[in-house]
Amino acid sequence: MPNPKASTGAPRVKTLEIAGLNFFYGKAQSLKNVSLDIHEKQVTAFIGPSGCGKSTLLRTLNRMYDLYPGQRAEGSIVYRGRNILEPGVDVNMLRAKIGMVFQKPTPFPMSIYDNIAFGVRLYENLSKGEMDERVEWALKKAALWEEAKDKLAKSGLSLSGGQQQRLCIARGMAVKPDVLLLDEPTSALDPISTAKIEELISELKQDYTITIVTHNMQQAARCSDYTAYMYLGELVEFGETDQLFMNPARRETQDYITGRFG
Amino acid sequence: MTGEHSSKQYDQELDGIRSKVLLMGGMVESHFEEALNCFRVGDAEKADRVMAEDHAVNQLEVSLDDACSHLIVRRQPAANDLRTVMATIKVITDLERIGDEATKIARTSKSLHARGMTGFHHYDMVRRIADATSTLLHDALDAFARLDGKQALQLIAADELVDLEFRSILRNLITFMMEDPRTISSALDTLWVAKAIERIGDHAKNIAEYVIYVVEGKDIRHSKPTAQEHREG
Repeated sequence: MPNPKASTGAPRVKTLEIAGLNFFYGKAQSLKNVSLDIHEKQVTAFIGPSGCGKSTLLRTLNRMYDLYPGQRAEGSIVYRGRNILEPGVDVNMLRAKIGMVFQKPTPFPMSIYDNIAFGVRLYENLSKGEMDERVEWALKKAALWEEAKDKLAKSGLSLSGGQQQRLCIARGMAVKPDVLLLDEPTSALDPISTAKIEELISELKQDYTITIVTHNMQQAARCSDYTAYMYLGELVEFGETDQLFMNPARRETQDYITGRFG
Repeated sequence: MTGEHSSKQYDQELDGIRSKVLLMGGMVESHFEEALNCFRVGDAEKADRVMAEDHAVNQLEVSLDDACSHLIVRRQPAANDLRTVMATIKVITDLERIGDEATKIARTSKSLHARGMTGFHHYDMVRRIADATSTLLHDALDAFARLDGKQALQLIAADELVDLEFRSILRNLITFMMEDPRTISSALDTLWVAKAIERIGDHAKNIAEYVIYVVEGKDIRHSKPTAQEHREG
């Protein structure tokens, strides 16, 4: 299959430039020559059936795969002028700048306040007052402040699923990243919490670049500016979301988004 | 239509809508033919039937609109499915109007013949536009049934000929009316009929444009240059 490039109208600033990306779990190749650009302050959605490589692609963007032996990536992902796949990249700093939120809410077993302060303390040395401000700022950004301001000392685990997920987003925001990677952030949430997260995504994209993996095609259609359809480790089609859902260029994409798959 | 959906029920719902549109298309096509026949020979009974049966066409429009709304809310169609549903909603509006125009022709024919005012070879006057429009409508419905974008493109050009023919009829009728004012009443009736036929041609052209939208995802309405490019391409 060819590797199509997006036919985007006005030139936009590229936050991440992915080129010729291959990924291996041991000997099994799960990404094949993937090339696409993630645009600044836009939402890019990765869609495709299970096992198509969309989560793998997301995990390469902040080298989350480094945590597992035997997994390796080839090619290049250029972020701020540097290929982040090269050895010698400060992976911790990278993950602070390119934060990730997972499918299941993963609050730390500590207070709401400390959930957010924990990451900040790793990178910055703030006074108590500054830290209070940062916690409030992050919770406000994640649209959780009103619900959490009176129980900051309570455990993060005491929150509802949707609130926990927003806490995780707040935690990601607190270290002031450029990019937020969301791996199926609403698949464990009810429709109201899902709507809140989606609303949050559209707010956050004013300031951040967002990449989201989702199984919910309507969610991709609602939230994203660009969509990448992947299948069997290859990028089948990448383009503006409206175009891709109204009139996809490729038959494979059309079959998938209209439910003619499999 | 491309392959089948994972959900068979979805396929059935889409097929159901499609068959109903084709049924509605068949109905208005035959009403149009019968109305033209009434105009030619003045069969009052047939004219009454065309007028009465328009009700069934209207009912189909309502039920198809409803079916499309249900499909949208239940299935959230995307890509070609979405375009099919959107185009269907528009096509049935055109079909319903074609039905109305056929009714107008039938009503005018009945009145014209009842008054015995069928001078100056009234049918010959509209024969060419009637034949061209019948073919146009038939082909537009055929293109919709087969989702044939190429055929649809040709029809858009064919409608221009229908419009030209109408202007020629108008000039002819004006000549008749100027030469002999006693023909004014029947000439005006003939003009209404010609105008109704010309409108049916426009609706058929609209259907052809929706076929192109479904097949290619391009909306070519109100864009003559694009249609021109298409023909050249």
